[in-house]
Amino acid sequence: MLSFILILLAAFFFTGVINRTKSILSGRKGPGIFQPVKDVLRLFKKGAVYSKTTSFIFQIAPTIYFSSVVMAMLVVPFGQSKGIISFNGDFIFFAYALALGKFFSIIAALDTGSSFEGMGASREALYSMFAEPAFFILLGSLALLTGKTSFHEIFADFHLGSSISYALAVLSAFVLGMITMIENSRMPIDDPKTHLELTMVHEVMILDNSGFDLGLILSAGLLKFSIYGALIVNLFIGIFPYQYTIPMFFAIQILAAVIIGTIESFMARFRMSHNAQFIFALTSVSLLIFFGVLMVLGKFI
Amino acid sequence: MTVILIFISICIAGVIAIPFLSPKLKGIVTLFAIVMNSAISGYFAFLSLTGHEVCLSLQGSYITGDIPVRIDALSGWFILIVNFVFISGGWYGMFYMNAYRYHREKISLHAISFLLLHTSLVTLLSVQNSLVFLIAWEIMMFSAFICVIFDHEKESTLKAGINYLIQSHISVVFLVTGFLWVAFKTGSYDFQSITTFSLSQKGTGALFLFILFFIGFAIKAGFVPFHTWLPYAHPAAPAHISGIMSGILIKCGIYGILRMLLVIKADFTSIGYMILIFSVISGLYGVMLAIIQHDLKKLLAYHSVENIGIIGIGIGIGCIGIGTGNHIIATLGFAGALLHTLNHALFKSLLFYTAGMVYQATHTLNIEHLGGLIKKMPKTAILFTVAAIAISGIPPFNGFISEFIIYTGLYQSLQDASLGSLTVILFTILGLVLIGGLALLCFTKAVGIVFLGNPRKEFDHDIKEGPVAQFIPLYAITVLMLFIGVFPGIFTNLLKEPIALFTGIPAASVSSFHGQIPEALQPVSRAMLAFLAIIAVVYLIRKRAMHKPTVSMDATWECGYGAPTPKLQYTASSFVRAYSKLNKPTLMYSRKEKEVIGIFPKDGHFESHAYDKLEKWLVDKPIFAIRSFMKRFHFLQNGSLQSYILYGVIFIIAVIFIPLLVEKISSFIEFLKHL
Repeated sequence: MLSFILILLAAFFFTGVINRTKSILSGRKGPGIFQPVKDVLRLFKKGAVYSKTTSFIFQIAPTIYFSSVVMAMLVVPFGQSKGIISFNGDFIFFAYALALGKFFSIIAALDTGSSFEGMGASREALYSMFAEPAFFILLGSLALLTGKTSFHEIFADFHLGSSISYALAVLSAFVLGMITMIENSRMPIDDPKTHLELTMVHEVMILDNSGFDLGLILSAGLLKFSIYGALIVNLFIGIFPYQYTIPMFFAIQILAAVIIGTIESFMARFRMSHNAQFIFALTSVSLLIFFGVLMVLGKFI
Repeated sequence: MTVILIFISICIAGVIAIPFLSPKLKGIVTLFAIVMNSAISGYFAFLSLTGHEVCLSLQGSYITGDIPVRIDALSGWFILIVNFVFISGGWYGMFYMNAYRYHREKISLHAISFLLLHTSLVTLLSVQNSLVFLIAWEIMMFSAFICVIFDHEKESTLKAGINYLIQSHISVVFLVTGFLWVAFKTGSYDFQSITTFSLSQKGTGALFLFILFFIGFAIKAGFVPFHTWLPYAHPAAPAHISGIMSGILIKCGIYGILRMLLVIKADFTSIGYMILIFSVISGLYGVMLAIIQHDLKKLLAYHSVENIGIIGIGIGIGCIGIGTGNHIIATLGFAGALLHTLNHALFKSLLFYTAGMVYQATHTLNIEHLGGLIKKMPKTAILFTVAAIAISGIPPFNGFISEFIIYTGLYQSLQDASLGSLTVILFTILGLVLIGGLALLCFTKAVGIVFLGNPRKEFDHDIKEGPVAQFIPLYAITVLMLFIGVFPGIFTNLLKEPIALFTGIPAASVSSFHGQIPEALQPVSRAMLAFLAIIAVVYLIRKRAMHKPTVSMDATWECGYGAPTPKLQYTASSFVRAYSKLNKPTLMYSRKEKEVIGIFPKDGHFESHAYDKLEKWLVDKPIFAIRSFMKRFHFLQNGSLQSYILYGVIFIIAVIFIPLLVEKISSFIEFLKHL
């Protein structure tokens, strides 16, 4: 329950902080950090324009996409407190629940009959496919290290190992961070601020969405950031009492947002054709973690 | 005893009656006979699943010996799946065949072979005598062959059918060798003699026997590299037959492997790793090829290879569990495999049935020609989408549950594995995840291109849904799929008995791990309900919020361009282009293109075909080599009667004189020796 509230709170400012960082670094004043939330709220009140080509799939897809993100949010724990839903193998459920949302957002993009959106859908499907192995191997290694198979138990037991587990945590944080960027279509995979439909990935898929539906998609995006942020936080907080962990949670979330903003300010997007290789390379980092775990457990010799 | 007689006589009565009936009655009688036989066999199957194994001994002939008819829990599980898919397929098939009602003889033959297929399947699932098993196996294969070549006027259909027949008989060669080996050594055809034989052999002998059976059954199941018949046979058959072939027939291979695991006592750990490696390759290769197919049914056929891989992963983990004595892993592995067998039978038959609907409405299965069907065929589109979500292993449908159990088994077996096995298991996880991601890519393509967007081609005829009654079995399958997805505990409870056969611990004694799967799935079930509830709530909120503001319809955004044609849409090939470029080394594309050149270009065209690289290297090339060798003797077949008579005369002379000559020579040698 605690994690649910914290993630919700973090979602309010996370994207705003990124935007603010970017604006400061580029010498602009920039919008306030709650501007993304205000945008969403405004969209919720608006009417909508639908394409004549689309069917009801296009209309229910944002609902299912948003629900899948909320479902994933329910599974994420916070330190010693469980997520609202917690069971053995819940991280598998986490990934597959998000996949339902992805499935619908991809077919909704194809539903518009636009070649731009088809292009975006194709890329999204490919990238998410390549990102998933990294996540599963990462969680597999952590499960191997702790001997547990649920998010809550893995994270609760994780810190109990030697100091080397913190080294592993840093690597894991890197992998999770990169997955965050892929899942949220950010640099270096995708540039949310690009103006050309041809070079977009996620943005182009939602070109035809408007009104309440667009609001749902955007708010799902806000939530996704803080969900992955919460996962990263969980790698470090372990058994610390709440009076330390809750400020730590916000500190790490803001730090993550600032880092993302900084990266986006100084880096250009990768070439589209290099993205897939880059994403798949994450799996090898995950494998590195796996071998690290093997060393800790002394299985190598 | 009498039950078996009734079972067989229903089939025979049906076979005799069918040719004399009107086309409509043919279908009804076939379905009726199948329902009757399903009721009989289903009753015993259900008994066996609740812990009452049925064991009858049928007095056989001098050759076969007594025929034991044993319906244990494993047979029971498979019989129930067979019956369900056959009843739904038969119902659906009645309407599908309506279009061919003027070909009376073809329909008679089809109905008879359909009925025989069901009877032979149930028989081979329940007898435990290798000779009778092989006879049932042959009947099953021939009746399936006749079902497949329903459209035998088309050359491609006949070719696919014969390809299937030949490859199936290669599998029979392996099975016969295995069975005869055992029968020769022990003098009995009973399956139990295989156990005694494998125990006497110790180690390599038993392992070799298992590999023999594994190859035989793997050809039937469609494990890579024995899968090449599958992508031809499934698209050629009528939709309900494709559904049944993919849903059940290839599962006979799985049944065979599982049965052999029960009767052969060999080194389970190495068997487990062998199956695991085969399965991961099958799963990945199947889905990798599925993505680039343009024919909807061929795409689905390659997905069968993938799903057989997933089932195999389950079996592999189960074997490793038995081998290492870890019952939790064994339970999880076999539970996942058996549940996925059911799940795949459900969603794959649903996919083939809906693909059949598409074919009936449009007369094409080429994905690139379809599009926008959701507006004219909404029911078909929804059912196809549901099945696509299920087959991708996404909640809240049944595919997720079995994959979840297999994942749990994999993660469990990580715990106390050594370095070598850790690597295998890790790559299995990697494979399974990639299979899931690729399936998502493939099915978003299938749903998106076939049903969504604008029609890519104008058809001369009206496109409309099939009759309402044709949808009844499809709805039944969908409900069952959702039911398994949300309340998996009920079905895993039924699996207790079959799993107990493998782990060797009676299900009645509820030990610590037996309750584990239903208990472990309880929270999953709750999570699924929560998921559905969240979707419903968000949907209702959206409905309320959308009530007030204005909603209007307009054209799709095309960068300000207002008159896009359907040809501008993304096609299936372009959707997977990035993928196929990445996978160029493993895939095979043949392309013909004529580029558009000049300021006033005349014409240009582009054509691409996907082909199976393994098929090229393992089937086409060897056959080509054999052929070119055989061509050297082509002059013998010159077509003139005189020379054929001459061959005959030469043959007869040779038959008479060679023994004489040999005798003379040997006596001459004797004579020389005496000197």
